[in-house]
Amino acid sequence: MANLLILFPLAMAALALGVPSNRWRPWLLPAGCAVQVGLSLWAMGAVECSALGGWLALDPLGRVFLGFTSVFFFLCSLYIPGYLAHSAGQSNRWLCANLFVFLAMMTLVILSHHLGLMWVAMEATTLATAPLLYFHRTSRALEATWKYLVICSVGIALALLGSFFLAYSALHGGLKTTLLFDELVRHAEQLSPTWLRAGFVLLLVGYGTKMGLAPMHTWLPDAHGEAPAPVSALLSGALLPSAFLAILRVFHICQASRHGAFAQEILLVMGLLSMAFAAVFVVRQRDFKRLLAYSSVEHMGILIAGIGLGGQAVYGALLHVLTHGFTKGMLFLSAGNIHQVYGSKSTDVVRGVMRRLPLSGAMFLVGFLAITGSPPFGPFVSEVTIASAALSRGHYLAGGLFLFLLCAVFIGMGTTVLAVVQGSPEDSAVESLKSNGRGDRFATGAPIVLLLAIVLLLGVYIPPPLNALLHKAADFLQVTP
Amino acid sequence: MVQVLDPLLIIALALNLVALGVSRIRGVINAVALQGILLGVFPLFMHDEIGARGIALVLVTIALKGFVIPWFLVRAMREADIRHEVTPVIGFVSSVLLGAVGTGLAMAFSSTLPLAGAHADLLLVPASLSTVWTGLLMLITRRKAITQVVGYLVLENGIFLFGLLLLQAMPALVELGVLLDLFTGVFVMGIIIYHINRQFDSISTEHLTELKE
Repeated sequence: MANLLILFPLAMAALALGVPSNRWRPWLLPAGCAVQVGLSLWAMGAVECSALGGWLALDPLGRVFLGFTSVFFFLCSLYIPGYLAHSAGQSNRWLCANLFVFLAMMTLVILSHHLGLMWVAMEATTLATAPLLYFHRTSRALEATWKYLVICSVGIALALLGSFFLAYSALHGGLKTTLLFDELVRHAEQLSPTWLRAGFVLLLVGYGTKMGLAPMHTWLPDAHGEAPAPVSALLSGALLPSAFLAILRVFHICQASRHGAFAQEILLVMGLLSMAFAAVFVVRQRDFKRLLAYSSVEHMGILIAGIGLGGQAVYGALLHVLTHGFTKGMLFLSAGNIHQVYGSKSTDVVRGVMRRLPLSGAMFLVGFLAITGSPPFGPFVSEVTIASAALSRGHYLAGGLFLFLLCAVFIGMGTTVLAVVQGSPEDSAVESLKSNGRGDRFATGAPIVLLLAIVLLLGVYIPPPLNALLHKAADFLQVTP
Repeated sequence: MVQVLDPLLIIALALNLVALGVSRIRGVINAVALQGILLGVFPLFMHDEIGARGIALVLVTIALKGFVIPWFLVRAMREADIRHEVTPVIGFVSSVLLGAVGTGLAMAFSSTLPLAGAHADLLLVPASLSTVWTGLLMLITRRKAITQVVGYLVLENGIFLFGLLLLQAMPALVELGVLLDLFTGVFVMGIIIYHINRQFDSISTEHLTELKE
């Protein structure tokens, strides 16, 4: 079962390489992802799902991420055929195959219960996504890909050193044979504390680079700015949270070894730092895709800060993985429509989207309101949960800063987003648009509306099965022996 | 085993400083290749018995770190017609000094880390940390893409040194990680260097500043 979840997308990748038609190949993505959603739900329903002698297993934490990743991937894949129709002249063979490999490797990150295996999977996601960033073959895309590879591979290397430290703490503590998370958590008290702490810091820096935490986030605005829109959406909504999951696994070991407080302090500081970095860089940001990327830095900060705060905030952070992912998907996909029609990402050129592309413009505006935490959308609920947990647990300074930074980002993002959406298109732009003759289309509009429906639903009503899943995962993380 | 290993480790550390101070790229590549071969030999001295698996690791490491990757880099240099000088952001003397200071700090920091009985006397941990530091230093302070790749190799060497402590208990972790990562990382980077060269008619990452903030 667990094997199938990884092998199936890999098989689809091979199939995508074999299909000759450039026009029909992208339709493999929604089809394959739909099957993957089915497989994931089946696995989540099963009492136990493990393989390879426990190296692959699905625990409460994994269930949340597996369910979210497969559903989110499916929704984004619905958008891809319509999006690729725009660049019909370019072969999308490797794009489609790489997306399936990417899905397989992300599933492997989620399922792997072994320190080394998880590291390999994380490395593989980097390699699988690098060609996706370079899809447009421009010098800017190349620069972004180079930065992404260099910075992330250094991060991954540091994560390996951190894994070695953690392994050594097990060796030093007399646990010779195991690197399985279950075993490490069970025997966490025997781990050598010095090595465990040093390992935690290195793993946080290493996987934090992949997750886009400041100050290691420098690859992220470039990568998200230059990648094709659906790829940006997947990177932001699904890949960054899978690095978050890796950090959670290590945090879980710290928590079990009674060094949770040490880890939480670091996480809280890192989280608020990322939010502060984002708040500075969103101001006067003239490129609306980079704006969204900085917003991702902010939200990764929120996730990490939520874990740092503990208690109910952990539940909030896990819910925020979902609400942020769906909302950010909506934003990136509508930004993709705007970018395709205007041929620019700069606010100097892109104005009056509401007139030119009523649907995409409206979705972009609504997405902005949702992502900055306005009611009644999903992110509002998760952010309020985290903020109220901060105050009720006595973290007044952190809670105050959290709320202040949310406001700062709201104002910073608002200026750029409103400039894009409102006003009337510039004359030269109007002419090029007329010759382009394109407006909103069903194929690239409907998936965004679907995402909006989910964001809205999560804001007003969290279905009981999902709620139970999230609570189980939060409890699982906080168990201290 | 300490008697053999420590002198070797000191040579490896000296090679770090050579890699930081040499002005020609070929020189840097040679220093790092030599360090790779040296590292490859280490598992032979770590434990009294070394199985077929250990021998395989030794051979693969030496072949990759000492020959295949350096050859790959030299070829990339020739094909992309890269000039032979290292162009650092900070001077060579400052680089070497920073490297030496890093080594000193690594020694001081390692003395605070508890080691399991058999490893207590070894220089492995300080050597590993200072090599990691050297690698990061090269990554940050070198302008050309190819010297950044070499810096990444040094960083990997440092991690490999630490992995030696785990070799007996968890050989899979050491083998799997380092070699796979090394091979694929440099391979993909090599291809990209090729493209960078084609796009910009130069291989300096200084041209990659369009996306600056």
